[in-house]
Amino acid sequence: MAARKTAAKPNVSKDELLHYYREMLLIRRFEEKAGQLYGMGLIGGFCHLYIGQEAVVVGLEAAAEEGDKRVTSYRDHGHMLACGMDPKGVMAELTGREGGYSKGKGGSMHMFSKEKHFYGGHGIVAAQVPIGAGLAFADKYKGNDRVTFTYFGDGAANQGQVYESYNMAELWDLPVIFVIENNQYAMGTSTKRSTKSPSYWERGAAYGIPGEEVDGMDVLAVKAAGEKAVAHCRAGKGPYILEIKTYRYRGHSMSDPAKYRTREEVQKMREERDAIEHVREMLLQGKHASEDDLKAIDKEIKGIVNEAAEFSKESPEPALDELWTDIYAEA
Amino acid sequence: MATEILMPALSPTMEEGTLAKWLVKEGDTVSSGDILAEIETDKATMEFEAVDEGVMGKILIAEGTEGVKVNTPIAMLLDEGEDADSATVDTAQSQQPAPADKEQSSEDQKAAGLLHPSPAALKIDRSPDWPEGTEMKQTTVREALRDAMAEEMRRDDDVFLMGEEVAEYQGAYKISQGLLDEFGAKRVIDTPITEHGFAGIGVGAAFGGLRPIVEFMTFNFAMQAIDQIINSAAKTLYMSGGQMGCPIVFRGPNGAAARVGAQHSQDYAAWYSMIPGLKVVMPYSAADAKGLMKTAIRDPNPIIFLENEILYGRSFDVPVLDDFTIPFGKAKIWREGSDVTIVSFGIGMTYALEAAEALAKDGIEAEVIDLRTLRPLDYETVIESVKKTNRCVTVEEGFPVGSIGNHLSAYIMTHAFDYLDAPVLNMTGKDVPMPYAANLEKLALVTTKEVIDAVKQVTYR
Repeated sequence: MAARKTAAKPNVSKDELLHYYREMLLIRRFEEKAGQLYGMGLIGGFCHLYIGQEAVVVGLEAAAEEGDKRVTSYRDHGHMLACGMDPKGVMAELTGREGGYSKGKGGSMHMFSKEKHFYGGHGIVAAQVPIGAGLAFADKYKGNDRVTFTYFGDGAANQGQVYESYNMAELWDLPVIFVIENNQYAMGTSTKRSTKSPSYWERGAAYGIPGEEVDGMDVLAVKAAGEKAVAHCRAGKGPYILEIKTYRYRGHSMSDPAKYRTREEVQKMREERDAIEHVREMLLQGKHASEDDLKAIDKEIKGIVNEAAEFSKESPEPALDELWTDIYAEA
Repeated sequence: MATEILMPALSPTMEEGTLAKWLVKEGDTVSSGDILAEIETDKATMEFEAVDEGVMGKILIAEGTEGVKVNTPIAMLLDEGEDADSATVDTAQSQQPAPADKEQSSEDQKAAGLLHPSPAALKIDRSPDWPEGTEMKQTTVREALRDAMAEEMRRDDDVFLMGEEVAEYQGAYKISQGLLDEFGAKRVIDTPITEHGFAGIGVGAAFGGLRPIVEFMTFNFAMQAIDQIINSAAKTLYMSGGQMGCPIVFRGPNGAAARVGAQHSQDYAAWYSMIPGLKVVMPYSAADAKGLMKTAIRDPNPIIFLENEILYGRSFDVPVLDDFTIPFGKAKIWREGSDVTIVSFGIGMTYALEAAEALAKDGIEAEVIDLRTLRPLDYETVIESVKKTNRCVTVEEGFPVGSIGNHLSAYIMTHAFDYLDAPVLNMTGKDVPMPYAANLEKLALVTTKEVIDAVKQVTYR
């Protein structure tokens, strides 16, 4: 990934920058806390952290409007926080408690919010891609101008159903943005080892879908690309592909020793390309905020996350008869 | 205030590990994300990162220590300026470990119905499917299915049909004849040959508030889409704590047609019936095809609607009613009898009814039950009948292992053991891939004669 150009961003307001800082920091602190709770045995099973990739969802959410939909994979905590879901409900789902978004029956990988138009949270790699196209199909059918953000990783980008979806999405002009979060590793396999032509966004050309590569460590670049893609979809021109180059600092899941890359590689990313540091620098250099202002935000975010963690521990486990509910909707 | 750093669990199953190496020493300042130590689990050596910031106070567990239990304090993190010896530990700061799993008492389990799991009690309207004296019209199963879809599409604009060749070709088996003309290309949609993809798009459209009918040209091709059917459609309501359902009908011909070989001849009834979250329908007659299809389209859950190519052209009486539906979970008794219960569904009913007629000539009166829906399944009607006849033979075209018949046998054994005068026999297709040769294909399918022989066996004739 190229080094960041820290060119001046004249059109960015102080409030906008502060918003990005806050949102990205919330995801990072939340995920660090989730990692800690996992270590303590309060969160079980699989737990895939989003640390390092925060600018992707925060940038795209800034391009979304009320009523737009989103669907993603199992690395989903960041997406839920960014679309406005309550950190308490998300954390309590991670701990498998009654107060979780799915009453403790879904877990880290399976959460939903109809209210926030968040359609999961899917544990099967790439299954969310045709689902996202289907959500867009529903909006087109109903004749509104909503857009669906369909997130998937570089690993999922090699699944067949992605290309089945590309074909139908373009054939039927579905308002769906295919967001490839390329964090360069499909679990432990680097893109170099899995993919002969690693420019995933170019694959849309075979179906007539336009796309572009985006620097995913720069929230402003992500937002700008998102706005372009949204405009394309809302204008009825069909789908759009954004390949967002990003990086996850942690392992694939909590139990990943991450021996497929060097500590130096991760450290270099953190030191040179970190998306939160980037916005922090812009805030300080632009004299939009002082160190003290940012410290106050840090403290506030820490408070929100600690409150979520406390809630997730205090919320009771689901009642035993919950085993038998929600299997069928009442006919 | 100091924070204890606890030995972390670094995999879903880790209970203890080796503290292989400390990468910080006492007095070092650490911030969140710094690697503190290397910890060996049973599978790998993992790096352990700091969450909080502070100064490393005391290292409580030396490197090289084996068998360190998860949640044992391994170090103290101090606030700046704090002294390790006089530090007070902030236990409120998120450091209570997870409560140990307590064994659930059998009382708890009883309360939740765990010890005696039984299918959710169904409240079935046992009144006749249509009022006596209703005008009837001879209709093919094909027309009945088409009429049901057309009526529901007129009733609800959110209902649409998608699949291969459903629109311009009018359906590979002509089930959607005329629907494109009436409803237009927006609601009757030809898809590319891409089952996994369009099944997933259907699921997404259902999440998005529509009522898709997804036709598979045959259910053999739904194997390409089975992940979307099982993992996405069937499980989402549960995984979302009841927030997000998937009202969708997956339909198409299922089971053997004629001479199309192993990949095009399979009955999936037992497969889908295993899955909680799905409802599974397999009609025999045209009236049932119509009434159950209309119910399926209105149902807020994912439905597997298994049709049969050989039955498509058969005619049955269908009631002439404005809005005719049949509830799920209500079996139909086609023939009353006192000597044996024959339970079947779908095309299996052909053999069951033929056998019953032949048996009547020999003085054996069979009660023939058509299950019509396999999930929910009308256990009550089966058990009541077995209590009367004391004998049961099941008939289906699917494979023998893990069949619907196997399941019913177990259920009958559990709920009517004392009433049985003979073992329950399961007549099924043979345990072989479907052969192509005409004579072998005949041999592979269940036959009327086999049903007759089975009844004679259980009635000791």
